[in-house]
Amino acid sequence: MLTIDNLSAWYRHSHILQGVSIEVKRGEIVTLIGRNGAGKTTTLKTIMGLVAKSTGAISFDGHSILGRPAHERFHLGLAYVPEDRRIVPGLTVEENLRLGIIASASRANETQMIERIAETFPRLKQRLPQQGSTLSGGEQQMLAIARAMMAEPKMILLDEPSEGIMPILVEEMFAQFRTMKAQGTTILLVEQNVELALSLSDRVYVMDQGVIVHQDSAAALIANPEIQERYCSV
Amino acid sequence: MSGIGLELLALQLVTGVALGAIYVLLALGLSLIFGLLNVVNFAHGAFFMVGAYVGVFLFGLTGNFWVSLVLTPLGVGAIGLAVERVLLRPLYGRGIDYPLLLTFGLSYVFIETIRILFGLTGMRFPTPPELRGAVNIGIGFFPLYRLFLIGITAVIVFALWYFIERTRYGLIIRAGARDPEIVRVLGIDVSKIWLLVFGIGTGIAGLSGVLAAPLQGITPEMGVPVLAEAFVVTVVGGMGSLAGAVIAGLLVGIVVSMTSLFAPEMAKVSIFILMALVLLVRPRGLLGRAGALG
Ligand SMILES: Nc1ncnc2c1ncn2[C@@H]1O[C@H](COP(=O)(O)OP(=O)(O)OP(=O)(O)O)[C@@H](O)[C@H]1O
Ligand SMILES: [Mg+2]
Repeated sequence: MLTIDNLSAWYRHSHILQGVSIEVKRGEIVTLIGRNGAGKTTTLKTIMGLVAKSTGAISFDGHSILGRPAHERFHLGLAYVPEDRRIVPGLTVEENLRLGIIASASRANETQMIERIAETFPRLKQRLPQQGSTLSGGEQQMLAIARAMMAEPKMILLDEPSEGIMPILVEEMFAQFRTMKAQGTTILLVEQNVELALSLSDRVYVMDQGVIVHQDSAAALIANPEIQERYCSV
Repeated sequence: MSGIGLELLALQLVTGVALGAIYVLLALGLSLIFGLLNVVNFAHGAFFMVGAYVGVFLFGLTGNFWVSLVLTPLGVGAIGLAVERVLLRPLYGRGIDYPLLLTFGLSYVFIETIRILFGLTGMRFPTPPELRGAVNIGIGFFPLYRLFLIGITAVIVFALWYFIERTRYGLIIRAGARDPEIVRVLGIDVSKIWLLVFGIGTGIAGLSGVLAAPLQGITPEMGVPVLAEAFVVTVVGGMGSLAGAVIAGLLVGIVVSMTSLFAPEMAKVSIFILMALVLLVRPRGLLGRAGALG
């Protein structure tokens, strides 16, 4: 589904990603872990086309996408939920959801999709007319995920969805990811909550200082506390 | 004050609203462009002036004011589209002073071009026959053309409000004004929104040019003072706020018209005094806030 080969990315003159290779197969949940500042967010941003300077190769669903603008990557079926959620201020919850499908070919299904999403996220259902920015952090995270799902992407990039959210909501959210996987959505997840992420994932990549330092099946990494200790403890 | 009757005062108020109508249209365009593109359009006055000339040209060609009224904003908007696509687009992301200098220079290119095409001296734009004369509006007789001005501005304001608040494109525009990056991630080519918005903003400037022409006659330099006044209105209303542009435009029109009644020599400076006062109390302008497009 997604093949990243020898990816480098820069912010101005700082060389952040230094030859990253990652492979995510169709229907998999793959988690990317690593310390603060390792380059996880930069990896997701580069996949989505939000980093100005990058080299290497990214192939998504058979298309070479490096150098293509972000909006074209969306139309190939790629969705991105940023670390900071980016609920658009001044828009209602419903408008934020509509924005998720507004450019999509399946726009005609807007109403059904909003209904479906509202069933999946009952917390959002009660708050459709409310300003998106007045939601709690956890609800905003739900909204960001729901918005990304509106256009039924083939693959979704999730940046620390559990950050700052109370455990019960996190459980709910992760159950949702399982459902998404069951429905055929491929997921690349960045998480600090390693234990929970591992319980959900098929495979794991460990990143440090802009390179992948370890990769394994989730089951194998669970049994390997030494790696977890070395690259993930703060 | 006993010499001034209530009717005269009321009429002067309506005159102020009519004057304000032109300001409203100009400030709407400026605010829209600033709110989305973060471009301070110093060529806005020049687009206004080009609108007046295109209007007089089309009027001469077709002999029909209404045709000219419809085609002029389209023509000027098309020039705006070309300017955004070719000249402004390469400057995005480089800081606010690049487009500012570009549009500043562009305004002189427009003025010089019009001088070459139409001559240095001004032209007259006769009020269309069907809009001449005055009608009784209850408080006295008021020029029909100025009433028309108020009416058409109300229509444009409503249409723009509907477009932005009620349509799919409007939702994209509102979202794009606040967070262009997430809009790109959701599959929208933001450069197309910016193009469209610049076209709309300059098209409305062109329209206000034709509308103002019968009131003041047209010269290649007519946009220069208008630009300064439109900026005052935009700043008073709050940069990027559309509702602010409407309120401030009317306010400025009324203030100018009232001062010209009581202290004519103060009329020109009155709007700058108003701006200073508003900024003292509310540095962001009446409806200005951190986010754009209120
Ligand atoms: N916009 C930027 N400009 C310059 N440097 C940046 C920018 N964004 C991130 N960086 C730098 O790039 C490096 C990687 O950052 P990134 O956000 O990808 O890390 P991360 O793994 O997501 O960290 P965290 O776990 O804290 O979210 C860091 O050193 C950071 O300081
Ligand atoms: Mg990060």
